[in-house]
Amino acid sequence: MKSRANTSVGRDRASVAGKQPPIDESTDLLIIGAGPAGLSAALTASSGGVSVTLVDENPVPLQTMGEDVPLHFGGRMAPTAANRNAVLESILKARPQLAEAIDAGIDVRLGTAAWGLFPQRRTAGWIDGHVAGLADEERAYLLRFRQVIVATGCRDMGIAFDGWQRPGVMGASAAYRLATVYEALDAKSVVLVGSGPEALQIGNALMAAGVRIAAVIEQAEAIAGPAELLAPLLGSGARLFTRYVIEQALGDPQGVTAVRLVPVGSDGSHLSGRVEQIECDTVVLGVAAVPAIELIESAGCAVSFQAARGGHVPTVDGSQRASLPFLYAAGDCAGTWQSKTLSADVAGREGRIAAIAALRALGVGPDGPQERPSSPDPTVRDLARQRLEWVRAMTLQSAATPFVCQCEEVTAADVLELSPPRYLHWQRAAQSGRLGAVDPEGPPNPDVVKRLTRAGMGPCQGRRCREQIAALMALGTGGALADIPVATYRPPVRPLRLSQLAAVTEAGAMSDGWESWFGIPSQWIPFWRLTAPGGGAECCADEPVAGE
Amino acid sequence: MSAREGQGGNKGAAVIIIGGGVTGLSAGWWLAREAVDVLVIEAGAAGWGASGRNGGGCSHHHSPLFKEEQRLWPLMDELLGYPTEFRPNRIRIALNQRQFELYRRALDNGAHEGFRSDVLDPAQVRELVPLAGDNVFGGYLHHFGGHANPHRTLQAYAWAMRDRGGRLLQHTRALSFDTRANRVVGVRTSRGVFACDHLVIAAGPATGALASLLGVAVPLMSARAEMIVTEPLPLMSLGGIDGNGLYGRQTLRGNLAYGGGPHEWIDVSDVERGRPQSTPLMTSLSRRLCELLPKAAHARVIRSWAGFIENTPDGRPVIDRTPSVENLTIATLSSVGFGLSPASGRAIRDLVVSGACGFADLSSLQLSRFAGLEPDWAARQGWLPSVVGGE
Repeated sequence: MKSRANTSVGRDRASVAGKQPPIDESTDLLIIGAGPAGLSAALTASSGGVSVTLVDENPVPLQTMGEDVPLHFGGRMAPTAANRNAVLESILKARPQLAEAIDAGIDVRLGTAAWGLFPQRRTAGWIDGHVAGLADEERAYLLRFRQVIVATGCRDMGIAFDGWQRPGVMGASAAYRLATVYEALDAKSVVLVGSGPEALQIGNALMAAGVRIAAVIEQAEAIAGPAELLAPLLGSGARLFTRYVIEQALGDPQGVTAVRLVPVGSDGSHLSGRVEQIECDTVVLGVAAVPAIELIESAGCAVSFQAARGGHVPTVDGSQRASLPFLYAAGDCAGTWQSKTLSADVAGREGRIAAIAALRALGVGPDGPQERPSSPDPTVRDLARQRLEWVRAMTLQSAATPFVCQCEEVTAADVLELSPPRYLHWQRAAQSGRLGAVDPEGPPNPDVVKRLTRAGMGPCQGRRCREQIAALMALGTGGALADIPVATYRPPVRPLRLSQLAAVTEAGAMSDGWESWFGIPSQWIPFWRLTAPGGGAECCADEPVAGE
Repeated sequence: MSAREGQGGNKGAAVIIIGGGVTGLSAGWWLAREAVDVLVIEAGAAGWGASGRNGGGCSHHHSPLFKEEQRLWPLMDELLGYPTEFRPNRIRIALNQRQFELYRRALDNGAHEGFRSDVLDPAQVRELVPLAGDNVFGGYLHHFGGHANPHRTLQAYAWAMRDRGGRLLQHTRALSFDTRANRVVGVRTSRGVFACDHLVIAAGPATGALASLLGVAVPLMSARAEMIVTEPLPLMSLGGIDGNGLYGRQTLRGNLAYGGGPHEWIDVSDVERGRPQSTPLMTSLSRRLCELLPKAAHARVIRSWAGFIENTPDGRPVIDRTPSVENLTIATLSSVGFGLSPASGRAIRDLVVSGACGFADLSSLQLSRFAGLEPDWAARQGWLPSVVGGE
């Protein structure tokens, strides 16, 4: 190779160096989610003398809701959900603190989804500071921030049964949001699946919104939530079925018209006789309220399975601070438990604590003693066992082999046997791998299941199937649910149109220096044209570069 | 060669391969096909590096392994016994004169090696690629190359190797080596010592550090690259579509999976400390995909991924035996390894078994070409990590 006289630092035109996008907008404190925790954080921070930006994705575009993002809406949006102004009015009415926040000078952005948090780090250093990816209905954009409080709430665990793809099968928090925040729930008669505190509380809220609760279904012997929350439902005519699961949702093109219930044994097996049919137009899945950690996990925060906090949650300290020290989790995304579900004060306190800690990190925090966050309730129910029992009784025992992952049409057996997807029509001898045999030295890996079966890889971004898949992996390997690692989340954590993402401004240097691959001229010189042995990238610097 | 009993009851192997990516597993499969006792040791999960995070392209017409790559891919499902999702042929779309001229090199290279390509006018491009738009300048249809599913292929290698008696040990970190005279006789790992008659290091970004333990210098720098994936769209007749500075494919499920654009050099010690993270580069990728396939502009991006990959100073692979250590083979494919893996594995097998590749001239991939490299080559080429402030 050529010899050079002096050491010099060269420049790699094709690398990201010097190409960071121009980012016009910045804020000191970004708060994501305007529920009880986020609003409380925003109002607390508003007196700190720093800039505060509060974003909330509601009203969610109707098309996105139709994809069951961010919640499992099950197509039960009433026509008014398409009227953005009407929904905005409902939101402001349902959350009067939003008006207070606006009056307090907070930059409140409704209809604004957060799809990624991108902190500068050693393996991604090209953009200075911390950047959030935000999007309204038209375009995505970047916002620089110094501290962020994530208060993204929870979503519902999906659980497969024959007919669960029908319109009208939806998540409990989706039903609650449509009924109370959007005033746009298109449901008259509901069968409620699950009897935990979240499910029962939402059942009561739906009833208050004029929905009839026809039945409450629980696979266990006893209900999982407080009896005083069940009583009003039963008093209004709901029937309680314990040791029952849904065998099938019947329906027509408009959706569910009835469900058939089947009694189950203590091992989840379906028992003959005593099959019940309940007329209803909606099935509300309230088996588990799952902390919505996708932004937090995809940003790179440590998460762990904590049964007392409702599953995988970020590891936080006493000021709600996650392992990335500029990020705080508050409200249900930091953990769900009964007393937190039943009183918004717990989430509100977490929001205040996070806001004070963020203000202190910004150098403007009030001195003095800090509030302490509430601890999760002493564990009264075995969350992992409940989820496994639900999946075993309703999904694994189902003779109809429903798709666990609706987007990619993957059944429970496909997950357990790591079957290649149907579109490959692979007719050869059975796959030689089974769950647990692919990587016997490591923990069961949900990302392996994703890669081989495609479960969780669809447009709903795994929202309806991740917890089921984790439960199936635990059942299939005989391991504990807590030992199944979280399947990784990747930005954008909301589906965004290419044209939306394309709207983000890029640096001129990005356009000028764009190469398909590394832009190393010598990489692509065909071997028969190499005259010298080579050794460095500069050997053919005049050649054009087209990565293959 | 014969299997060895290692210390601590570990069963050694005639050939130990460090690195459970496509290159190492393909080599393991080729060796196992000939009943060679082979053990692949992987620090994490198989394919968790760049092997599972790439564009799935199989069209490397500049490489001495090209002809074998082309010969093997159509046979791989049958040879492995598991699906790879390989589909033949490739289209490249140019949106301007500059791209059109640049991309012609694939036609020229293919022709040199006896493969046919067609030059396409814009109407022909739009006919073959329904998602293309009015902005097409021209294109090429290559009657060679193609694309496959990296995850599925990786697993296919692993299963096929195991079916033929090879072993894969994951979550097992190679720490150091036992040597005797000029030979490696054992690999010390996080799970104990494994004896070997021959060692292959095919460990991606970690290849340089491992080789240096044996006094062999393999100059490498590592970088992060990123890709995006859309929701499924109706299948086009040919999914291997590149152009406008992007590489990628429509998967057999219908997703568009595309990458391209700038990489970021990183410190190799950071590779092992966390998973690769995507950045807002995905917005620039989306912009170029909108231009390449305007009729897909409505398609929603549902995920992204990033990966760490290594490059040699000239960007070309190293597949070579080392003179200083008699029974050592080094393999890095220098950021372009997936598509070549059927052929690179076979080449490695040849080097291990007979000391020379029997089907291709690998002289351009020898390690000795770096003998005169300046110690500060990375700085001279601008291949240095960003300077990151407090974290």
